[in-house]
Amino acid sequence: MSAKIKHFPGEEIETKDFREGKVLFESFHPKAKYAWSAGIAISRFLEELKNGRIIAATCSKCKRIMVPPRIYCEKCFKPTDGWTYVKDTGVINTFSVSFIAADASRLKEPIVVAIINLDGASEGMGIVHRIGEYGDWREIKIGMRVKAVWKPPEERTGAITDIKYFKPIKE
Amino acid sequence: MFGKKRVAIVGAGVTLFRRNLKETGKELAYHAAKIALEQAGMELRDIQSVVMGTAPDAFDGVHMKGEYLADGAGAYHKPYTRVFVGGGTGVFAPLAGWWHVASGQFDTCLVVCEEKMSSCYPHPQYAFTTIFDPILERPIGMNLIWIFALEMNRYMHKHNIKKEDIALVSVKNKRNALDNPMAQLAANITVEDVLNSEIMAWPVQRLDVSPTSDGAAAAVLVSEDVAKEVTDNPVWIDGVGWCIDSTHWTDRDLYYPDYVEYAARMAYKMAGIKNPPKEIDVAEPYDPFDYKELHHMEGLLLCKKGEAPKLTREGVTQRDGDLPTCPSGGLLGCGNPIAAAGMMKVCEIFWQLRGEAGKRQVPGDLRTGVAQAWGDLMQYGSVIVLRR
Repeated sequence: MSAKIKHFPGEEIETKDFREGKVLFESFHPKAKYAWSAGIAISRFLEELKNGRIIAATCSKCKRIMVPPRIYCEKCFKPTDGWTYVKDTGVINTFSVSFIAADASRLKEPIVVAIINLDGASEGMGIVHRIGEYGDWREIKIGMRVKAVWKPPEERTGAITDIKYFKPIKE
Repeated sequence: MFGKKRVAIVGAGVTLFRRNLKETGKELAYHAAKIALEQAGMELRDIQSVVMGTAPDAFDGVHMKGEYLADGAGAYHKPYTRVFVGGGTGVFAPLAGWWHVASGQFDTCLVVCEEKMSSCYPHPQYAFTTIFDPILERPIGMNLIWIFALEMNRYMHKHNIKKEDIALVSVKNKRNALDNPMAQLAANITVEDVLNSEIMAWPVQRLDVSPTSDGAAAAVLVSEDVAKEVTDNPVWIDGVGWCIDSTHWTDRDLYYPDYVEYAARMAYKMAGIKNPPKEIDVAEPYDPFDYKELHHMEGLLLCKKGEAPKLTREGVTQRDGDLPTCPSGGLLGCGNPIAAAGMMKVCEIFWQLRGEAGKRQVPGDLRTGVAQAWGDLMQYGSVIVLRR
């Protein structure tokens, strides 16, 4: 704040002032519902997940093997022109061990999430997913090898959650 | 010269930043705008255009909140534009104000940034769950803190950085905020306090993070002709830059913000800055998390990649150091009402260059300062270079 300004507007209240009815307020709970089309590229990706495979799109100009797949290469700004399967194994690029849920409430058992660079995709390309069967979370390391754990075929719906999680592997 | 007209800031204002303020967003916008006008010695009738910066509508639960906030921002019967680039909005809004005036279209532009996060229950973080890809990411149960944690972990891994060194940023900024009367979380804390605070999403702990806040900040931008009429002490906008990276964030190496570097290079080229660490006297890199200040110092080319923790450890970034960063107290100390927080950084550089920062004044003959914000899915950089 500038030294020339003597008063800083703002009247502080506490969150509990709402609970205790000390301030006047209105409340609203939105009920918006959506159904998203998965799109051209990701529909193919999801169909392949149902088959237990991970598919990538390729660009003949920059030679990238891209996952998640897309119908256009954002660098060359041209259509991607091929499909290729990548492996369901890879490397943890980075990870987090979350003790909070999406609404900031606290979790007893942490959720481990990671970016996984998939084998067969271009260097550094991957997807975000959960890590499971890791034992002690303090033992999880960047660079660790992981493999997808799939739902049984009859339970797959064509969703990213057809992969339950990735688990650390020794090779 | 870039643009048709040189643009100056001639007045700035901020409200208190607090977890809950009784004022509505409109009322906060009004207060910040009014102070900025008073400091400029101008009135609303002198203002030809208005830019509003404010972040997701979901915080307020009011769609099209640019329009909702317009009267408070002084936009009645004026050309008015709301801009929004996620967390980058607070520095992007004055960039938009710059082109309003630099284009020659307007001689004056009032830039107002507002955020009221407390309305969103039980926690504004929940509004952020809808920023993720609905098909591939939301079914995983994404939450906002995760993506920071993923980025922080990658940054630490790449340069072998210790959490102790990152915690020093939180210690410094919260301490700097003790001298800032509008600050929400000013405190004297230690590195141990940070390391012992609650684990939210490893490696992010409670005291690594800025709070959610309500608040507003504003500035008056004018052309050179008007600046000469209203002040002997204008602060020039000599560099502007902005850039976005790919939305495919799981395909990028998060250890380094390329897009911040590109935005900085654009701004430095315009300002004629060739050696940023030597030529920049004071900086407000965006610090919603402590590691982000370091990450952004590197993206702003204020040091080499991986070198920011060392500079912090050596005291270079303290208020009396060679390269003071976040003398305001930053988002970690002052609070983080998204758009208003970035704009507060621009206000702080303005006051620092005018020698009006009071107890927070960086010593020495300050000529050039830089402020930066960052947003969207770890992909947006906005940079402004100010000069006396």
